Amino acid sequence: MMRHILVAVIVVLFGLIFARMVGGYVELDALRPLALDYVTRAPVELGTPNIITGILITYRGFDTLGEVAVLFMVAASVGLLLKKDDAKPASAKVSSPKVSGEKTAAAKPVLAKTEAARAAAARSAAAKANASARAATAGSVAVKSTKEAAPAEDDEAAPREASEIVRTGTEILLPLIFTFGAYVIVNGHLSAGGGFQGGAVVASGVMLMLLARPGSTLNVALLSIIESFAGVFYVGLGILGLVLAGGFLDPRFLPKGEFGAFISAGAIPLISALLGIKVGAELSVIIDRFRS
Amino acid sequence: MTTGLPVSTILLTTGFLLALIGIWGMLTHRNILRIIIGFAVMDTGLHLVMVATGYITLGTAPIIDGALSKADAASRAIDPIPSALVVTAIVIGLSVTAVMLAYAIRLYAAKKTLSIDAFTESKW
Repeated sequence: MMRHILVAVIVVLFGLIFARMVGGYVELDALRPLALDYVTRAPVELGTPNIITGILITYRGFDTLGEVAVLFMVAASVGLLLKKDDAKPASAKVSSPKVSGEKTAAAKPVLAKTEAARAAAARSAAAKANASARAATAGSVAVKSTKEAAPAEDDEAAPREASEIVRTGTEILLPLIFTFGAYVIVNGHLSAGGGFQGGAVVASGVMLMLLARPGSTLNVALLSIIESFAGVFYVGLGILGLVLAGGFLDPRFLPKGEFGAFISAGAIPLISALLGIKVGAELSVIIDRFRS
Repeated sequence: MTTGLPVSTILLTTGFLLALIGIWGMLTHRNILRIIIGFAVMDTGLHLVMVATGYITLGTAPIIDGALSKADAASRAIDPIPSALVVTAIVIGLSVTAVMLAYAIRLYAAKKTLSIDAFTESKW
């Protein structure tokens, strides 16, 4: 009881602070000087229609790099915290490799293909529609083949089999989700979207996949390699900017192109794609770590 | 529909209310998972507040396209900086939540309970 009164007092005090802040806030009717600078300079200097992406990837690019490093550290520390103790889960370990062994082989092409498709989509505008369509069909075929193998070996496994609705829904939605994720990532410089958002969409697809097939495993090693390379290329592009253009992570060492075209805005789409791959892979690894 | 209130006031109020609910939830609940949910709610509320401070009366999204020309941008676009910072804040919030959940799993493995009353070692 005492504690609840104390909590109520704290919340009321916070409420007072917040109420004063809301009361004293006057809605802006013009941009602040820094924002005005960004808004007028970003489309001209960087050639990116989406000013927020310009800020995230160029003007505050170093921040974004640090943020990606934070994500990486979280993936690592979650792995460290949830590392299986040797004594206790021995019995769980014995049963899982048998189930997972065959599935890793099946899961690998799915991931490899979507990654490849995303990279391809980032590289060429013309091939984009084709590549994602191919990835979509390839993805669903691979998912199907794994699923056919699943019921036979999951009989004695602890996690309950996903229902028909979930499995069929996954089959239809998964390629769509991955394609949409790739679309959001590679259109970050033109419209609302970008690496972080698209990466999160891709990771949500991975989560759906893991929910629909509880027995399956992600190829964490492959994902780690992919995201490490994405990180290395990200820093590499930053250094290229330092050498060829105005500074670290300056995307202007590639031609600006036509304003609003798919291939434009210098290296921003490239950096965005790398960011998306990295965020998608990292979030997938984090999700997978929580599944044990 | 117009309410007479400025848009940013509505957003700020909603955001701060969510933050208060989150603080209340964090302080009253004894289950660690609920405390984490309280944190996530508070986090979301503060993100709303940050975005709200970037709103400019009758402004639109800072994306140059058919609806917003380059010349118009300076007068009609909203402040893009809070929006860009909120992307960062969301990612950091997610990271903190993920680490907290990992700790919750460890704590559960240690005591087989998620009630914070069971963890008396770190209580002063």
